Formats: sequence, structure tokens, C-alpha cells
Amino acid sequence: MDHQPPPFFKRGPAPLAQLSFYTMLSLALLFVDSRFQTLELLRQGISFFTHPLQQAAHAPVEFLQNSAGYFSSLSRLEDENARLKRAQLVNAETILRTRQLEAENERLRKLLDVRERQKVSGQVAQVIYAARDPFSRRVIVDKGLQDKLSAGQPVVDDAGVVGQVTRVFPFVAEITLITDKDQAIPVQILRTGQRSVVFGLGDGQLDLRFLPASADVQNGDTLVTSGLDGVFPRGLPVAKVVHIERDTSYSFARIHCAPLAWVEHFGEVMILDPREVMPVPEELKAPEAAKALKRPTTKRRLKRD
Amino acid sequence: MQPTFYSSRILLPVRPWFIAFSLFVALLLNFLPTSAWPWMPDWVALVLLFWCIREPRRVGMGAGFLLGLIMDVADAGVLGQHALAYVLAAYAGSAIARRVLWFPLAKQALHILPLLLVVQGVQYLARAMPGIVLPGLDYFVGPFVGAALWAPLTFVLLLPQFQPVDRDDNRPI
Repeated sequence: MDHQPPPFFKRGPAPLAQLSFYTMLSLALLFVDSRFQTLELLRQGISFFTHPLQQAAHAPVEFLQNSAGYFSSLSRLEDENARLKRAQLVNAETILRTRQLEAENERLRKLLDVRERQKVSGQVAQVIYAARDPFSRRVIVDKGLQDKLSAGQPVVDDAGVVGQVTRVFPFVAEITLITDKDQAIPVQILRTGQRSVVFGLGDGQLDLRFLPASADVQNGDTLVTSGLDGVFPRGLPVAKVVHIERDTSYSFARIHCAPLAWVEHFGEVMILDPREVMPVPEELKAPEAAKALKRPTTKRRLKRD
Repeated sequence: MQPTFYSSRILLPVRPWFIAFSLFVALLLNFLPTSAWPWMPDWVALVLLFWCIREPRRVGMGAGFLLGLIMDVADAGVLGQHALAYVLAAYAGSAIARRVLWFPLAKQALHILPLLLVVQGVQYLARAMPGIVLPGLDYFVGPFVGAALWAPLTFVLLLPQFQPVDRDDNRPI
């Protein structure tokens, strides 16, 4: 039964053997990459080959877009310029006052002996294209490891939070938008200060979860970041409540929100520097120190704080 | 080899660099920023299937795996998602290679369609997690567009192998 004729042509391993080998390899990659983020080095290695190709593929498209923009009328640009100037004038007053308020706030906080709020700065990046993956909402920007980006940095635009840097390649970085299925941001309702978490739905909308059906939420409420995650600075606008379903058979209300930022439109975004990690108090650093906590002197100090 | 097995026209042997070149062009086509048009066919899957059927001894699952990894990185998806889909498609393609070429092009396209659907379906299953949103029905339109492109693709990819029907003595080559 097993007597096969001698092979005339060298064909390598049998197709079924090859199939099982490659399938196992792919499944292992799938599993490892989705469970543990340990394949970033392989990804970066392959990206050295793919990114130049992607740039090359985008070059003609960009050229066409640019030439279309070149031939568009000057009047549109003039209009835009005038509008921006007006907007700047309108905002100037707010910005000036904000500066004064910030200084005052800092002084008051010092008086109260509260830890200073961290100042945020960042760098502007250009969104090059949207990732082709239809299962997620991600965009690629033109800054990467060479600009000292790191995974986890918050990304905002002029209207609110756009997303978060999730992968960094040598020359580009990948941003997961807040509308992505896997993206969650701790927020609070600006009007009431109630904290919750907002999740992306994957279809351009957001979902505010874990608020009881009786919670004080209204249509049009603005959600801002609460800063509890240690990643996003406090008070960045995220979304606006657009639709509330209160079903008494569920303990939580279904609250749909629309992002405030131009999340799915591509332009320039601001990548904020990572927040400094709050230093761990000396008492909590080592188990020996924990024992020392029990001593009365330390206790007194803690109470005073 | 012939364009189809019942054809009496003999083709020149394929040049290996042309296979590599066509796969490279397919990659470039996939890299075009077409994420706004989900009905775009997966060019790499299409060209890979073409060569798996025409030249099963040169292009097979190994090429599919490599191209899949490249697509995974370029797509910002999960590593192994395209690789698995392309490997399965390449296996199926080389398995039906001896049968498909007996059919005219329109019927060949009908053989290709389920393979392209497998490519999309496997990726869908690989990413299917509880509660994931279906990327829309146009996600499954791509394979139909791809199958419709089978005949023109066959013509274009076989062009370098055609030789003139009647030999002209004055022609240098």
C-alpha cells in the first residue's frame, strides 16, 4: 500500500506536510501576537521592508492629491486664511485668560500644598494614511522611534482626544483611534464630575458604560478625560453624549456618544509627551519598608499627610 | 504549457523573475491607500492563486506564508492572519491546479471565487472575537471583484509567455 514510485522530480516535502507546518506556524504567530506582545521585533524587522514600499505606493496618490490641491482656486485658501485669523482672534482672549488662570491655579495649589498638575507638551505629526485592516480603526502618522515616540502616548487634535500611540516603528507610528473596538478611556462627565469609562464601538461611535440607569446624564453632556489611567492628562474633551437608552431591565444605561475630535478625518494631530510616572512613596517601595510603616513615628507622618 | 489545457497554443516557459515581479506589483497595489474602498480585491491573494495554479512547483505555501507576513505588518493587523489565509489558499490552489486549467476562463473564475472567499473568511475567523463588529458586507464583495478580474489578469500575466501565432521570418526574435 505504501509502495510509491520513485519521484522523478524533486518536489520537496509532501503538500500536506507543508500545509500542516505552515498552518501551525501561522496559528502560533496568531496566538502569540494576540495574547502576548512579544513579536514587536519581528514586526519591526519586516517593517523595514514594507514601509519603503508603502511610501512608494503612496507617492503617486499624494502627487495626484497635491496637484489637485494646486489647481484649486486661491479664493478657497483666502477664505480659509481669513476664517483662521478670525478664529485666532476669538481664541486669543481665552488663551490669554487661560495663562493667567493657570498661573493663579498654580499659586493656589501651592498654597494648598497639592501636587502640581503636570504640564503637557507634545509634537505635531501628520496622519499619512489609515491602516488597511478592516477590523480595527487605526491610522499611521509620520513620526516614529527617531522622534522618540513610545507606545502609550496620548494623541489629540484641536477639538479633543483622537487616540493613543500603540505601536512605534522606526519612521512611523500607529495610532489606535478612540473609536476602535479595543480602545477604552477613563472619562468623567464635565457637568457632574461622575467618572466612568468610554469604549469605542468600532463603527465611529463611542459607548459610555458602567453608569447606572438612574445616573444623571443628559444628551449633550461633554465627557472629558479623568486622568485616572495615568496616561491621558486630565480634562481633555473626548466625546459628547448623543443618545441615552434607559431600560429598567438592565442595571446600566446604554449611552451612545460621538467623538468631539475629528477622529476619522485625517490631518495633523498632536502627540502628547507621556505623563511622568508618579513616584512611589518611599514607604511602599520595599517589604522591609512596609514593616517599618508599623512603627509609630512613620504612622504619625502618614497621618499628617 | 498552454493558456488552457484544451488550447493548441503553446506558451513560452515562464521566467522566474516575472513571477517575483508580478507578486511585487501585487503587493504595491495592496499598499495603495484604498482602505476607504473595502470592495477592492486582495491583489496578492489573486496573483498568488494565479501562480499556484499555473506554476505549482515554483510558487506554493512558502511564498504564501512570506507574503502573508508582509501583508500582516503592512496592514497593522495581527501577525499570522494573512499568512494563515494565504497558506490555506495556496494549498487549495495547487490542489486544484490540474483540474482548473481544463476549463474556459469564466469557469476558472468560478473555481477561484471560493478560494478568495476562504482568504477573507479565514481572516474573519482569525479576528472573530466575542462582540467584534462585522466589517460590513462589502468586506466580502472583494472576492467577487477578484474573481471577475480573473480573465483580464490571466491575459496580462501570460503576455510575456505568448509567442506570435505565425512565425515571421523577418522578425529578429
